[in-house]
Amino acid sequence: MPYLDTLTAKFPTAFRTEAFRGDNRIVLPGDTAFANTFPLLKCLKEECGFDFLSDVGGIDYLGYPDAADRYAVVYALINLASGERVFVKAFTNDPDPELPSVVPLWQGANWMEREVFDLFGVGFPGHPDLRRILMPGEFVGHPLRKDYPLRGYGERHNFPTVTRADS
Amino acid sequence: MPLEAVAPAYVDESADAGEYLYTLNFGPQHPATHTTLRLILTLDGETIVKCVPDIGFLHSGFEKLGEDLDFNQYVTVVDRMNYISPVANEIAWHHAVEKLLGIDLTPRCKYLRTILAELGRINDHLLCVGAAALDLGGLTAFLYAFNQREKVYDIIESASGQRFHPSYTRVGGLLNDITDDVIDKIRAFCAGFPKVLADVERLLNRNKIFVDRTKGVGVLTKAEAINRGATGPVARASGVVRDLRKDEPYLAYGELSGSFNVVASIGGDCLARYLVRMGEMRESAKIIAAAVENLPAGPVNVDVGDRKVGIPDKASTYRSIEGLIQHFELFMWNRRFPTPTNEVYGANETANGELGFYVVTDGGGKAFRARTRPPSFVHFALFPHLIEGHTISDVAAVLGSLNIIAAELDR
Repeated sequence: MPYLDTLTAKFPTAFRTEAFRGDNRIVLPGDTAFANTFPLLKCLKEECGFDFLSDVGGIDYLGYPDAADRYAVVYALINLASGERVFVKAFTNDPDPELPSVVPLWQGANWMEREVFDLFGVGFPGHPDLRRILMPGEFVGHPLRKDYPLRGYGERHNFPTVTRADS
Repeated sequence: MPLEAVAPAYVDESADAGEYLYTLNFGPQHPATHTTLRLILTLDGETIVKCVPDIGFLHSGFEKLGEDLDFNQYVTVVDRMNYISPVANEIAWHHAVEKLLGIDLTPRCKYLRTILAELGRINDHLLCVGAAALDLGGLTAFLYAFNQREKVYDIIESASGQRFHPSYTRVGGLLNDITDDVIDKIRAFCAGFPKVLADVERLLNRNKIFVDRTKGVGVLTKAEAINRGATGPVARASGVVRDLRKDEPYLAYGELSGSFNVVASIGGDCLARYLVRMGEMRESAKIIAAAVENLPAGPVNVDVGDRKVGIPDKASTYRSIEGLIQHFELFMWNRRFPTPTNEVYGANETANGELGFYVVTDGGGKAFRARTRPPSFVHFALFPHLIEGHTISDVAAVLGSLNIIAAELDR
């Protein structure tokens, strides 16, 4: 994989690699990910030919076996010329989980980063319009975090009940 | 950066400064949106100066449910994402799960799933083309398209027992094998379908109203399509020749790759997207015809084997102790599938584009995270770019050509 040589030369300590069932992942640990994510993705785009950003998705690793960091944002890149895929997974942690926005590199990241912000609460400094996209604007909490309960907080038991006598 | 909700900035302050501009609320209940989505349009006369989409009306936490349900149960939820072609979603979901578990499908299952996925594509494209024509005033093409969609639903109903949301796939196979009756129906459909496509083309391709309202409207250049992540027919209509069926062959597409071509165009406008969809339906019919004639015999589910991931058939579940134990192990809520502590991304080329699932498992019986890469979400993000500068009547044309499915958009 020629892109790995380029990345190792430019970012010798920034990442480690993982592979499983043919998927190649570049993992950036939480302590240095904020500084390295944008330059690494820029290098992949401009020097290694990964010109297509197919997906930006969040993962909350709270309670995952042997997890060192909590939040991960996975950037799925495709090299359109060769059809090769690579997944860049950048970690970030509480109390201020944030990663640099990649909207300057790919316009397509705009709504996907908004979705990660909405559902996981990971901020993206540099994003042109970072606000909730799926949940209503006044919603409190980030539903896809592992510590958010499946049935939500109090949406149902707050409903006013009307008894037969009142009706 | 604070993590509190940011107040919705629906309308640009600077647009309000120009007094001649006014704001139009388009949707969420509007015949041309077809599903529940809302656009806040800032207009200068009839020209759209700014468009802010507002989505989330159908958000129902599918991905959160994916962390609670096991791989077979979540199929019923995945069905409801792109409800125009539910089988294609099921196949994509189980494609990712089977990649994670390292299951190699039986040849018969691969062919059957290929046929179903292509029927789903035809179903989706027929709705898209028919509804696009309907929005632009062509009711006849819509009726022709829906007539054929009934036939596709009949096939799916005969195969799975359910018409709309079949929940037909299982990890390592299908709910049940198909009967000869289904084969006859598929053959009859393949024989009659090209004639209907020709009829629709005769109704629309040289129709002055249809061509005038779609040609040169909503142009997406190749560079923008790549920059904004477009996939599927939207990208191929802009000249990005990428099709996972050819580029990363899955199911039986590798073996059938001689029987179909990738349809692409360089127009990038609504008309090009319509033409690409029409061409893809022709190719899909060819794939189905080739797959039905080459359908291998044999079992449809993987052998239970040593890895204990296959679902035993009903006969062995009821009549042998091994089958019963295996069934129990897979379906009891505290047992379920043996999973690795790892993650994979599996993607299929569905009608709208690349539908991918990023599945993370922690060794428990269900997904730790089931991220969906929905094509409609990416394509709707393109919409403001395509519509700004056009008139308000073009909203229907551009929306119809993108085929936005709000349930997939919001999940």
